[in-house]
Amino acid sequence: MFLRIIRRSLTRGLKSKLLAIVAIAFGASLATAMFSVSLDIGDKINNELKSYGSNIVVEPESESLPVKVNGVDFNPITQNKDYIPEKHIPKIKMIFWRHNIVNLAPYLEANAQLSEDQRVAVVGTWFDRKIRIPTGEKFNFGVKHLKSWWEIQGDWIKNGDNKALALVGREVAEASNLKPGDELNLDFNINGQTVNKKVKVKGIIDSGGKEESKVYLPLNLLQEITGLKDKVAKVEVSALTTPVNDLARRAQENPDALSDEEFEKWYCTAYVSSITYQIEEVIPGVVAKEVRQIAQSEGVILNKIKLLMFLVTLAALISSGLGISSIMTTKVLERRQEIGLLKAIGSSNLGVIALFVTEISLLGVLGGVLGYGLGIGFASLIGQQVFGTAISVKLLVMPIILVLSIIVALLGSISPLRIALKLEPAEVLHG
Amino acid sequence: MGLITLENVSKIYGEDVKALDNISLDIKEGEWVSIMGPSGSGKSTMLNLIGCMDTPSKGVVKIDGIDISELDKKELTKVRREKIGLVFQQFHLVPYLTAVENVMVAQYYHSMAEEEEARKALERVGLGHRGNHLPKELSGGEQQRVCIARALINYPKLILADEPTGNLDKENENIVLDLFNELHDQGHTIMMVTHDPKVGQLAERQINLDHGKLKDTPQISKERGLVS
Ligand SMILES: Nc1ncnc2c1ncn2[C@@H]1O[C@H](COP(=O)(O)OP(=O)(O)OP(=O)(O)O)[C@@H](O)[C@H]1O
Ligand SMILES: [Mg+2]
Repeated sequence: MFLRIIRRSLTRGLKSKLLAIVAIAFGASLATAMFSVSLDIGDKINNELKSYGSNIVVEPESESLPVKVNGVDFNPITQNKDYIPEKHIPKIKMIFWRHNIVNLAPYLEANAQLSEDQRVAVVGTWFDRKIRIPTGEKFNFGVKHLKSWWEIQGDWIKNGDNKALALVGREVAEASNLKPGDELNLDFNINGQTVNKKVKVKGIIDSGGKEESKVYLPLNLLQEITGLKDKVAKVEVSALTTPVNDLARRAQENPDALSDEEFEKWYCTAYVSSITYQIEEVIPGVVAKEVRQIAQSEGVILNKIKLLMFLVTLAALISSGLGISSIMTTKVLERRQEIGLLKAIGSSNLGVIALFVTEISLLGVLGGVLGYGLGIGFASLIGQQVFGTAISVKLLVMPIILVLSIIVALLGSISPLRIALKLEPAEVLHG
Repeated sequence: MGLITLENVSKIYGEDVKALDNISLDIKEGEWVSIMGPSGSGKSTMLNLIGCMDTPSKGVVKIDGIDISELDKKELTKVRREKIGLVFQQFHLVPYLTAVENVMVAQYYHSMAEEEEARKALERVGLGHRGNHLPKELSGGEQQRVCIARALINYPKLILADEPTGNLDKENENIVLDLFNELHDQGHTIMMVTHDPKVGQLAERQINLDHGKLKDTPQISKERGLVS
C-alpha cells in the first residue's frame, strides 16, 4: 500500500516535482563536473609532475659546474666532454627507492644542417625501450611514457627500432614541409667532417614546448652517427617523491651533517633529495638534481583551481538545498489537508515522514541521474576549455553523486518536514 | 459506565476563549447522539476531543474506559485508529488516490490493506462500481459515501461525523443519513454534529451546546426515520 501511495502521489504536482528535480540536478551536475575534473586532473597533475615532471635530471659531474654564464658555455673541456655510459642507466631502477622511479629517458644532443640555411638540434633518446634489470623485472622506459602529453601525428618509434627513423617537431615539420612517411636529409658535422644521414619521418610532435623545434632519433642511431658509442649526455627521471620537510632541506644542503638516525630516516623516505643521493651512489661521476619547481607551481595552481571548484560546487549544492527547501515547503503547505487527514485516519508522524522522505529521495535520485548526465557534459567542457584535454569520467562518481543528491534533497527537506510533523489534524480538518 | 464519558471537561483557547466550559456527559455504546448548537458553540471542539485529535484543558475524557487526557500523541493516534471512524463536512479524501485506495489507506494504517474488503465497504455505501475513480471524478455525495466507507472499514466502535451532510443536497443527504441509520442499526455508536434540527431529530438523543455549555438536559427523540 505504501508503494501504491508513493506511486500515485508521484504522478501529482508534476510541475513542482520537475522543479525539485532540476534544483537537485543543478547541484549534482556541478558536483559531477567537479569530481570528474578533480579526479582526472589529479591524475593529470601527476602526469604533469612527471612531464615537467621529469623531476630529476642526471648529468655528468663536469656538466654541473657553473660554467654557463649568460647562456654562453664557458666549459673549457667541450671537446672531451664527460658523458654517462648508457649501460649504467638501468641502475637508476635499482636504487632503494626503485619503485618510486616512474620513468626515465636518456638524451644525447647534436646539431645537423637540414638545408643550407637551416640548422636543427637533433636529439637521440629512448622512445619506448624495454629494459630488464637484474631482478628479472622488465620496464618500458622512454619519452613515450615520460612525455605522455606529447601528441604524435603519425606513429611513435617502437622498441628496438634503431633504423633510420625520426620524430620531428611541429616547427621543423612546418618549416621543411614534412609529413609522416617523408624522407629527411640530415648533415652532421662530426669533428670537421660532414656525415650525411637520411631518415624517414615516423611522426610529428606536438608538445607545446621547445621539443617542437627539434628532431628526435633513436639514441643508438645518433650514437653511431656521432661516434659516441654507449654515451648519453643527460638522463631525465620521473620519480614519485614525498613533500620536502625540514629534515629533507637540511639533508639537501649536506647529508653528512645529519646524525646517523636522521640520515637513516631521510634515506628511507622518498624525498627527492634522498633519491638523487641514491642515484649518485649507484652511478659514479654523475650529479642528480631536482628540477621540479615548475611542476610544483603547476600543482599549486591546480590545487587552487580544485579548491575553487569545490567552493563553487558547495555553493551550488547549498543553493540546491535551499531550492528544495522552498519547493518542499510549498508542497507541504499545499498538502496540509492531506497530511492532517492521514494523521486523522491513523497515520503516525513516522508514516507521514516516510511518505515524504521516500518521495524526496526518488526526486533526489532522478535529479542526481539528470545532474550526472549534465555534469559529464560540463566536465568535458571544462576539460576542453580550461585544461585542453578530454576528461575521462570515472564510474565511481555516479554513486557518489546519487548519494550526495539524496543527502542534499533530504537536508533541504528538514524544515518543510518539521512543518508536516507539527501539523495537527484538528487544525486543518475543522468543521 | 458508557462508551464515552466526559467529566467536567473544559477547553480553553488562549486566555479566555472557552470553547467548552465544564461539560459532563455520558454516552452509551450503540447510542446515536446528535450535537447541535449555534456556530462557535463548541461542537467541533467537543468532537475533536472525543476523536482524540485534541486534549482537554481541564477535566477527563474517557473512551472505552481509557482516559485520553493522559495519553501522548502517539497513543492518541492509536486509540483513534482502533476505535474511531471519522467523517468530515468537507469529505477530505486523498486527491490522488482512487476511491478504493482511499478506503485502503485507513486499513493500511490500522492493520493491513485488503482491496477485496475495501471494495465490499464501497459496495455497502452503494459505490461498488466507482472504486477506481479519483475523488474529483465523484460527486459530493459520492465522496462523502467514500468517507463513510473509509470510516467503517476497521469496524470502529465509534463513528464521529462533523456535519456530514452540511455540503450535500437533499437527495444525497438522504442517502448519507440512510447509511448512518443502517450503521446505527448494526450497533455502531454515532456522534453527529449538525445544524439541521430535522437531521438532529434522527438521533436518539440530542446535545445542545451554547457558548461551550450544555443548554438543557439531553432528551430522547421518539421519532426516528427519514427526513424528507
Ligand atoms: N484553534 C483555535 N484557537 C482559538 N480559538 C478556537 C480554536 N478552535 C476553535 N476556537 C474557538 O472555539 C469556539 C468553538 O469553536 P468550534 O469550532 O468548536 O465551534 P462549532 O460549534 O464547531 O462552530 P461551527 O458550527 O461554526 O462549526 C469558537 O469560538 C472558536 O472561535
Ligand atoms: Mg464546527
